[in-house]
Amino acid sequence: MTQSNSDDFAVANFSRRGFLKGVVASGALLIAANWGWRNAFAEEKKAYGADGMAHGWVDDPKVFLALGADGLVTFVCSRSEMGQGVRTSLAMVVADELEADWAMMRVVQAPGDEQRYGNQDTDGSRSMRHWFEPLRRCGAAARQMLEQAAAERWQVPVDECRAREHKVVHVPSGRSLGYGELAEAAAALPVPARDSLRLKAPEQFRYIGKESTRAIDGADIVNGRAVYGLDPRFENMLYAVVARPPVYGGKLKTVDAGAALKVMGVVRVVEIAGSPIPSEYQPLGGVAVVASNTWAAIKGREALKLDWDDGANAVYDSAAYRQAMSKAAKAPGKVVREAGDVEAVFAKGGRLVEAEYYIPHLAQAPMEPPVATAYFADGACEVWAPSQAPQVTRERIAERLGIPFDQVKVNVTLLGGGFGRKSKPDFILEAAVLAKEFPGRHVRVQWTRQDDLQHSYFHTVSVEYLRGALDADGKPSAWLHRSVAPSIGALFGPDPRHENPIELGMGFVSMPYALPNLRLENPEVAAHTRVGWYRSVSNIPHAFAVQSFIAELAAAAGRDHRDFLLELLGPARNIDPHSLGDTWNHGESPTLYPIDTGRLRAVVEEATRQAGWGKELPQGRGLGLAVHYSFVTYVAVVLDVEVRDDGTLVVHRADMAVDCGPQINPERIRSQMEGACVMGLGNTVVSEISFKDGRVQQSNLHDYQVARLPLAPKTVAVHPVIPAGEVPLGGVGEPGVPPVGPALANAIFAATGKRIRELPIRNQLQNWRKA
Amino acid sequence: MITLNLNGKDHSLDVPEEMPLLWAIRDVAGYSGTKFGCGMGLCGACTVHVDGQATRACITPVGLAVGKKVTTLEVLHADPVGQVVQQAWLELGVAQCGYCQGGQIMTATALLKGNPNPDDAQIETAMAGNVCRCGTYNRIRAAIHVAAGKLKEGQA
Repeated sequence: MTQSNSDDFAVANFSRRGFLKGVVASGALLIAANWGWRNAFAEEKKAYGADGMAHGWVDDPKVFLALGADGLVTFVCSRSEMGQGVRTSLAMVVADELEADWAMMRVVQAPGDEQRYGNQDTDGSRSMRHWFEPLRRCGAAARQMLEQAAAERWQVPVDECRAREHKVVHVPSGRSLGYGELAEAAAALPVPARDSLRLKAPEQFRYIGKESTRAIDGADIVNGRAVYGLDPRFENMLYAVVARPPVYGGKLKTVDAGAALKVMGVVRVVEIAGSPIPSEYQPLGGVAVVASNTWAAIKGREALKLDWDDGANAVYDSAAYRQAMSKAAKAPGKVVREAGDVEAVFAKGGRLVEAEYYIPHLAQAPMEPPVATAYFADGACEVWAPSQAPQVTRERIAERLGIPFDQVKVNVTLLGGGFGRKSKPDFILEAAVLAKEFPGRHVRVQWTRQDDLQHSYFHTVSVEYLRGALDADGKPSAWLHRSVAPSIGALFGPDPRHENPIELGMGFVSMPYALPNLRLENPEVAAHTRVGWYRSVSNIPHAFAVQSFIAELAAAAGRDHRDFLLELLGPARNIDPHSLGDTWNHGESPTLYPIDTGRLRAVVEEATRQAGWGKELPQGRGLGLAVHYSFVTYVAVVLDVEVRDDGTLVVHRADMAVDCGPQINPERIRSQMEGACVMGLGNTVVSEISFKDGRVQQSNLHDYQVARLPLAPKTVAVHPVIPAGEVPLGGVGEPGVPPVGPALANAIFAATGKRIRELPIRNQLQNWRKA
Repeated sequence: MITLNLNGKDHSLDVPEEMPLLWAIRDVAGYSGTKFGCGMGLCGACTVHVDGQATRACITPVGLAVGKKVTTLEVLHADPVGQVVQQAWLELGVAQCGYCQGGQIMTATALLKGNPNPDDAQIETAMAGNVCRCGTYNRIRAAIHVAAGKLKEGQA
């Protein structure tokens, strides 16, 4: 899926006739067919893990692997690459079981086709934990087919044949045949039954858990050959930008396109129908300016005269909304978990601690703004897009264009960042709608950064109110937490006005601390914009509140934060998340994935040990700690932070202890944690989306700020914590983010005595010396 | 019709002079290694070299580049410093999604040409205009040091 390095790179690789043409041409293992394991799969379907996902998993080597006569192995990656390294990491798993030489591995991207590939929604930090075992089986099955082919060629028993480093060796005689020489014969063999597969023992792993592989796309990225959503080029293609209603739910009243049509290069102006609220993944509607290049489309859009009917959400005002949330947080709300009697403890008086935290809307702002290219002809539509969710994209295009599902093809490019934004195909649907207006021509819809920031599916905004009591020994005796936040659920149906089970399960009801009296409430609040997934989702506000408040209680009790936190975690024990009221548990089995407070303790102990917790630091410098369990992974962070006299923050060092179960690609785990640390700092220090008159007030990266290099810690040290005993895989992409914000706030408190309760921090520390 | 010297060749482009260099390079000349990130010179994803200077192509009218040499990521491997920077990026596994990395590499190459041995503060100043949403900054900083070390070795 890459074009040549020369300047006349071409369109050929994006031929409409077959994304996998090159693979098929290389012959051998790729055989298009439904076969046995698909049917068996239906019976095996269970509620949890990969089995619980739409279309589940597939482990058929004839779906995922092609072996050429030249020995090249082509792995079809069905999960979207957005920087988490999935194309490399999944290929490592297959290559290892296949005994393939890494230098001979190639990766092509699967189009959206869950009937064939199993679930493709790349979100929830679950690609590796759901696909590790199926892809091991896939590689092992192909390896055994190669051994079988060699045995038949030599007329020897198969158990005398061993696949090793891209060839099959006849052990008694020392003869060998390369994989390429065996490709055709192996492809003709049946896939061995699952119960006959011989998986490698961990000590035999060549790539899994090792640092030996280079990133599959690394060289293409540094040479400018990698193909992202805005890169496929076609002859005679058109470029569009869209003017969308500035308020969610708004409608176009009138448009005067006269001046726009006079802009050189503008071809036509097309209205796109919006959808009523809840609009799910549908386009917001508006007016598209279609032109012969992107610049002409942008200039054309500037020349449109537009009049909008803003609708009911024109009332959305972040300042007023915050007051309303704060008011809701002061009154009893829907009880989502309760133990003991908090009110009785509070009524007794004693040491009470109270805090209210504010965590604003955020925009994912991937470096690549939403962009997609579509082609429509003869009742069929093909798109090229940076999508985290190609299957639902295909479904919605079929519905919207009124064509059969099998007449839609969704090609997935590399994603220039996703962070949840590209799980929603509204921007791809815009391209498909426009392509239908220009049959036989490719149409690209390009979002500008302003479009991206003003029409995202925003991270929720929340007020988190906490009240706690300390007993005579300084131990927490009661804990009340009210979380108020508009729900993602409002995208899909009538506004639930409460957090849904998934949001509640992101570190709110699932908080595992040993508290005798506890009440968790979720007062109601309405959504006035499109709230959507943002990397780590509701874990961000919940972790910020819980981890900040534990530090506040520790300070009130005059205790060391680390000791207080460990005591609050209590003895090592497995907690069934269902017993806490968390029915979701990240989609995983509560038996396989209990919350293990021992593992939480271990990451706290490791991060604090590595950071030198307790060491003397000058005034203005401090260590801050936080721990959070999300996406079935345990992460503790200690930040060493200096607050300069003028309020500037310098993060000297981050120690991140991570227990995500067995580590498949340790190098990419480190990089995900490093990135999560930086993104967590950006979320906490500089980023905020706010609304006035229903409109987003920010328009580009000058007023919606994100982390830049000076905010990055001087050092990010990632410490793997390997749990005792056998545990299943955890997530990696998201769990690093949530503890970073509260670790920073706690470090600032240690450095300055000032408690941060409102995000982003921005210039709140300007006068800390005088205060 | 303007003539743009791009990656060592003259290209005749039928574009208005005020079209940003970015879109002339991408949509008209057909080089896709230079990325669109913000359109206001705020993120650095579109960084190219104009007569060797790191330049934000999204806010530079193509007319201003006429008569100058414009170089993009696609031919950086032909530049001795650029090649070392690319190699350092690969060795340290800097890229995550990779979308901004072309701009980072172009900025870092221009930095090292002007200052072969930058310290952390100089790197921060030079690179603060290049945003990476994946948060690869630590490795960017480290890769610039590695490249500087290699360039020094090469000269010795």
